Amino acid sequence: MTFILNDEEQMLRDSAKSFLKQTSPVSALRKLRDDKDPVGYSASVWSSMAEMGWCGVLVEEDHGGVDLGYTAAGLLLQEMGRTLCASPFLPTAVLSASALRLAGSDAQKSAWLPKIASGEAVIAFAVDEKARHNPERIDTKAIKDGNGFRLSGEKRFVSCAMGADAFIVAARTEDGRINLFLVDADAAGVERTARRTLDSHVPADIRFDDVKLDGDALLNGAEDSETAYRHVLDAGRACLAAESLGVAEEAFDLTVDYIKEREQFGQPIGSFQGLQHRAAHLYSEMELARTLVMKALRALDETPSQAPLWCAAAKAKATEVSRLAGSEGIQMYGGVGMTDEYDIGLYYKRAQAAGEFLGDDSWGAGQVARLSGY
Amino acid sequence: MSLEEFRAETRAWLEANCPDSMRTPISGEGDICWGGRDWKFKSEDQRLWLERMVSKGWTVPAWPTEYGGGGLSKDEAFVLKEEMKRIGARSPLDSFGIWMLGPALLKFGTHEQKLEHLPPIARGEIRWCQGYSEPGAGSDLASLRTKGVLDGDHYTVNGQKVWTSYADKSDWIFALVRTEPDAPKHEGISFLLIDMAQDGVSTKPIKLISGKSPFCETFFDDAKALVKNRVGDAGQGWTIAKYLLSHERASIVSEGAFGGLNPITAAKASGEMDEDGKLADPILRGEVAKLTIDGLAFEATMRRVKEEADHGEGVGARASALKYLGTELNKRRHELNMSALGSDGLLWEGDAESDGDPARNWLRARANSIEGGTSEIQLNIVAKRVLELPGG
Ligand SMILES: Cc1cc2nc3c(=O)[nH]c(=O)nc-3n(C[C@H](O)[C@H](O)[C@H](O)COP(=O)(O)OP(=O)(O)OC[C@H]3O[C@@H](n4cnc5c(N)ncnc54)[C@H](O)[C@@H]3O)c2cc1C
Repeated sequence: MTFILNDEEQMLRDSAKSFLKQTSPVSALRKLRDDKDPVGYSASVWSSMAEMGWCGVLVEEDHGGVDLGYTAAGLLLQEMGRTLCASPFLPTAVLSASALRLAGSDAQKSAWLPKIASGEAVIAFAVDEKARHNPERIDTKAIKDGNGFRLSGEKRFVSCAMGADAFIVAARTEDGRINLFLVDADAAGVERTARRTLDSHVPADIRFDDVKLDGDALLNGAEDSETAYRHVLDAGRACLAAESLGVAEEAFDLTVDYIKEREQFGQPIGSFQGLQHRAAHLYSEMELARTLVMKALRALDETPSQAPLWCAAAKAKATEVSRLAGSEGIQMYGGVGMTDEYDIGLYYKRAQAAGEFLGDDSWGAGQVARLSGY
Repeated sequence: MSLEEFRAETRAWLEANCPDSMRTPISGEGDICWGGRDWKFKSEDQRLWLERMVSKGWTVPAWPTEYGGGGLSKDEAFVLKEEMKRIGARSPLDSFGIWMLGPALLKFGTHEQKLEHLPPIARGEIRWCQGYSEPGAGSDLASLRTKGVLDGDHYTVNGQKVWTSYADKSDWIFALVRTEPDAPKHEGISFLLIDMAQDGVSTKPIKLISGKSPFCETFFDDAKALVKNRVGDAGQGWTIAKYLLSHERASIVSEGAFGGLNPITAAKASGEMDEDGKLADPILRGEVAKLTIDGLAFEATMRRVKEEADHGEGVGARASALKYLGTELNKRRHELNMSALGSDGLLWEGDAESDGDPARNWLRARANSIEGGTSEIQLNIVAKRVLELPGG
């Protein structure tokens, strides 16, 4: 594998950078927040992303996608992290697209992947049921009922669920295994409650109350659906780690700029060694996170058998480093860092939320220990 | 020869030529082969392994063959490293000559200097030490005062160095000496190669907290250094020293990253694993997992930075971030080794030669963030040169 971006990847990153700067700067997130936007993201930004091909980044060309792979998806999310762009990209274009691709039947793929690629469909991905991430702790049940299933259970803090047309839901079938089900957002017995989180996103709690599903709601294209499920989550972790890295990078850049300008004792505060060492330490830690994110994304594309370890490691490190970038940023800004007017606090908040989703640094460390055999 | 052919040949050669006992992990500094006039091999296998690798030029695989190297390309040298790692082959020879002086001579030395000094390094015949630090010049190295006065074909050198690692076992010393007393601080220093087998040079070991004495004070009393053994121009020493320091940093770091005891092998040895193969103490397990993550990240970062450097982005001052990360990581590893070993780690001496190694290595590792420029100095460099923060 190479750590160097190829020309195509570089172009993608550069165009993402300029698009997001123009169309979805931090002020756009502030506006969504202040307007109390019901879904928490901008539909028009989402359709522009679709026009640029981003929504089909993991969809095969046969189904209308551009099929650029996880490294490309991660690069896009890294740039979204930099401008705090809120969008259904991760749940829809990464998690749901991957789940359909890996575990969907041909009919399910033809029905949904083109709609994902074109931006027509927003699909949320519903896993967790308790406060901390644990993909094995699934109590939602799908009980066989004639040709179909009946789904009951509750999911918490599902990203972008308020604006979703459908959900992919992890549920346990009677054989005790975890399977994925496609559930229409408007199906009878589905109830969503918006939860407004500190990062100004609007995930939802979803209740499934004996929801009747057809047999073709089950994603049964994969030989082993649990393996597919875990692989999708790994992919989500690497991509989310890329977003966290982008959050960290921008928070860091803002902070370094600030300490070069702000003066106290007649000199820029960036000339004080106390702050220089904080900044240099953070820079060094970011180097590690940057490496792991790239390593995890490339592993997904090139050596999937190695992906679990690298994805867990990348998620853990990016979570830790983005939180550090936010907290150190606030410290170096001083009092103004605590104000809503300055952006640094928004980065800290997003770091916390993105860190928690799909497993924080403690969770990732536990996985690394398990995968390393101790 | 294609890289794949090279790999196959190398693999076969190593299989045939690396003695079994040279494929076991080293347990401490005692197992390293340093070479030099007074070197006593620890075993016949150690001697044989060095001799065979010298015959291929693979003690310094990337140096030109005319200077005793293997003449390998970067990629080939990497393959050799991988293949050695694959069978757990020990490094046949380690020395300051290989890590530090060699690269500096290759870059700044004349052809004659290279011919005279590089082959004996490659063959492990001459052992070198580094004479930079002085009692009054540590982090502020450029304030050094050891003096060299030009006298015909040689300099007469007077002064004192300190922390000179292995000076008492070395044959030659590369030293920073102030030869131009009237020039500005950084421009008055020359880089001199000095034969230690002369009356004017003496050494005195310093005992460390690890119980060992790898360090010395080194005294120059009217010592002679031939002018032909000055590397670079008079006053150019600081530039060479800085270049060499970057290699020193790289070697300290790579030493820290690979091999040796880790907390899991330590916990297995001390019986601190559960029946189900988990580290028994959950908090320690968590800390070890975070170390594993940072270790994976660090090793991969070394590869990434190398790849980026090969693509022309250069390493530059980022080497300081790596030195900082790698050495702090190594200290953490040793701390966790000690936790995992519990009371077994407290052993200081016993019947076996390796008894006490974990404790002594743990103590030795504290120096990683001091030697070659302290962690604070590395952070200063990152702040100024990478982040371009203001101030003096
Ligand atoms: C194991 C080991 C091997 C060594 N081998 C050799 C060798 O072979 N040859 C050789 O020449 N030297 C060698 N050294 C010396 C080494 O390079 C010096 O110890 C090192 O450069 C620090 O200098 P010092 O010990 O004088 O500490 P000082 O410079 O006095 O530093 C003391 C403390 O002050 C801090 N400090 C100093 N300046 C600053 C600053 N500007 N900003 C912030 N903090 C600062 C340091 O970080 C440190 O914490 C070795 C040292 C060790 C520990």
